Amino acid sequence: MYRYDDIDAAMLEDRAAEFREQCRRRLAGEITEEQFKPVRLMNGLYLQLHAYMLRIAIPYGTLNSAQLRKLAWIARTYDKGYGHFTTRTNLQLHWIKLKDAPDILDALAKDGLHGIQTSGNCIRNLTADPHAGATADEVDDPRVWAEAIRQWSTFHPEFSFLPRKFKIAVTGSETDRAAIRIYDIGLRLRRDAEGALSFQVLAGGGLGRTPYLGSVIREALPARHLLSYMQAILRVYNRHGRRDNLWKARIKVLVASLGAAEFARQVEEEWAKTDLAAIDLPDTELARIRAGFVPTGFATLPAASAAFEAAKRESAAFARFARHNVMPHKQPGYALVNVSLKAIGETPGDCSAEQMDLVADLAERYSLNEVRVTYEQNLLLPHVKLDDVPAVHAALASAGLATPNIGLISDIIACPGLDYCALANARAIPIAQDIARRFEDPVLAEKIGELKIKISGCINACGHHHVGHIGILGVDKKGEEFYQLTVGGSGDDDAAIGKIIGPALAADRVAPAIDQMVEVYLRERLGSERFVDTCRRTGLEPFKEAIYADAH
Amino acid sequence: MPTLIRWRDGAAEAVDDPFTDVADDVAIPQGDVIISLARFQAEGAGLLGHGRQLGVRLAADEAPEALAYDLPCLHLVALTFPKFRDGRAFSAASVLRGRLGFTGEVRAVGEVFLEQAKFMIRCGFDAFVPGDGTTAEQWTAAAHRFRHVYQRAQDGAAPAFVEREGV
Repeated sequence: MYRYDDIDAAMLEDRAAEFREQCRRRLAGEITEEQFKPVRLMNGLYLQLHAYMLRIAIPYGTLNSAQLRKLAWIARTYDKGYGHFTTRTNLQLHWIKLKDAPDILDALAKDGLHGIQTSGNCIRNLTADPHAGATADEVDDPRVWAEAIRQWSTFHPEFSFLPRKFKIAVTGSETDRAAIRIYDIGLRLRRDAEGALSFQVLAGGGLGRTPYLGSVIREALPARHLLSYMQAILRVYNRHGRRDNLWKARIKVLVASLGAAEFARQVEEEWAKTDLAAIDLPDTELARIRAGFVPTGFATLPAASAAFEAAKRESAAFARFARHNVMPHKQPGYALVNVSLKAIGETPGDCSAEQMDLVADLAERYSLNEVRVTYEQNLLLPHVKLDDVPAVHAALASAGLATPNIGLISDIIACPGLDYCALANARAIPIAQDIARRFEDPVLAEKIGELKIKISGCINACGHHHVGHIGILGVDKKGEEFYQLTVGGSGDDDAAIGKIIGPALAADRVAPAIDQMVEVYLRERLGSERFVDTCRRTGLEPFKEAIYADAH
Repeated sequence: MPTLIRWRDGAAEAVDDPFTDVADDVAIPQGDVIISLARFQAEGAGLLGHGRQLGVRLAADEAPEALAYDLPCLHLVALTFPKFRDGRAFSAASVLRGRLGFTGEVRAVGEVFLEQAKFMIRCGFDAFVPGDGTTAEQWTAAAHRFRHVYQRAQDGAAPAFVEREGV
């Protein structure tokens, strides 16, 4: 995989040294907390309910074994021995001391890791399709372009103090595994009949208080002009995005108020005045980046594996794991193996230092030294020989990492919620745990099929509740935790914002309500309809009736 | 007289400021002055050509394009940071330098924050009126914290992708 060169390494060293100096100035009282805040945020350091939280960037969700071991070491040395993987494929450590932060950044920098722009009103850490470079259905590896944007956006002098945070997601596939419609900019690579690469550019998506799905503002941007076009979008936003109201400052509000067509026109006008050659990367640099993402070390194998097939016959548990957690690879004889961070009753996305070390070992031994983080808060080993999947499964199972639930009802996205976060209205984690326990039986979970539950502890929507097949939003009702349910959303190809089903429910009513909705679904579904398909066909009524019947 | 820090040839120096920054409700004094865009548009013609130098102060929501045809007559353009977190002036400076070709002084006024030194210089600012008592030495040091840059901007620094080609 791509490795940072001397220049990238020097950037991280210099950044760590800069932050050490800024911390010194803060502790010496030379700058105020108000001045320090954006500075520390742009290094991923938040002040939360109980302690500082450090958000470490995992650009486009790709890690090597050494990096994952370093994260484990940091979690063990400076935190409580675990970390939390987020929907932006970052790792959060929730119990950090400010005085340790400069040392942590130094240690991270040695393995090409950092907290740069994981927070603040700047261009955030990029996300990309977690199957990149391993799936047959992509036209190009989106990480090549994500890395180009990472470099361009890092310490961008013009775009580090935007009206609000700015998130970009990239995919190289028509199947959207990166949720590109819910971000400020979504990019989808395509290849035309002549073989030329272009980007479909979406802008103005975002969740939060007023959710929007992104609109296409350019159908086919020649790929080599990606950065100059990004500059044009960001400049229009930086100049014209609202700064008078925090809740209306995201680009989605600008796009919605102008209309996507007018916003696109302004971007095109700005872009037409741009010196493209000064901003766009030369082909040689794109080729250099690209070379870093070409996986090496694949063996020539038959498409089918006798060992894999035999293991499926011999063990129902392995067969179930193979059905839900193992996905096809473009390379014959290989597979993608999902590592579930959604063990029943555990905190979604949490991973202990021991588990990180184990996954790092497995990646080194079985997956060409690569690990991915998915926005659905799981890990993934992208390049595993089918022959090795039984051994990988056994190792994962021994560490509680082999729950066969990818895409199923207990594969729940949840933000840290009121257990950690100063912004939250309500807890998210116990709700996720309740629901997962209720659907613990893997036979039942499999019978229900794909059902994506997403939970946010407040309207900032870090848990993506708007685009859950079932979304759960924590609200505060006179000091009590209540939960508002939405139904029919999706962050995938069928992207949609869910609809509110009725009055918010008390915490102990949430899991039973999910149960009632699942019952309605199992009764109403036609053929192989997924939960969300049935909801869209029948409308909310039957579900509403089931949940609120007692209230009549 | 507030400290003016001027950036020249890779170093910051504290200098005396010959300009008076004039609020809209104050009579224009003798000597070099900085006035608002509205006042410049109303009274600028009468002020030019009297042996004094003129600067225009733009608020964060005023576009530098409004000065496109007047720039050759101006000694400086002052761009306002109403809050240091309000980053519109970074775009305004970039447009002034990169698109409008302004070669006079681009001055940062308002809430001017040392930690943004590098960003300001990269966008084309070359004069600063810091409100927090920071010194020219601190500005020089802050501007040199990084050995490399990733993108082309208005400071002419070779970005990483150019450095790499040279290897």
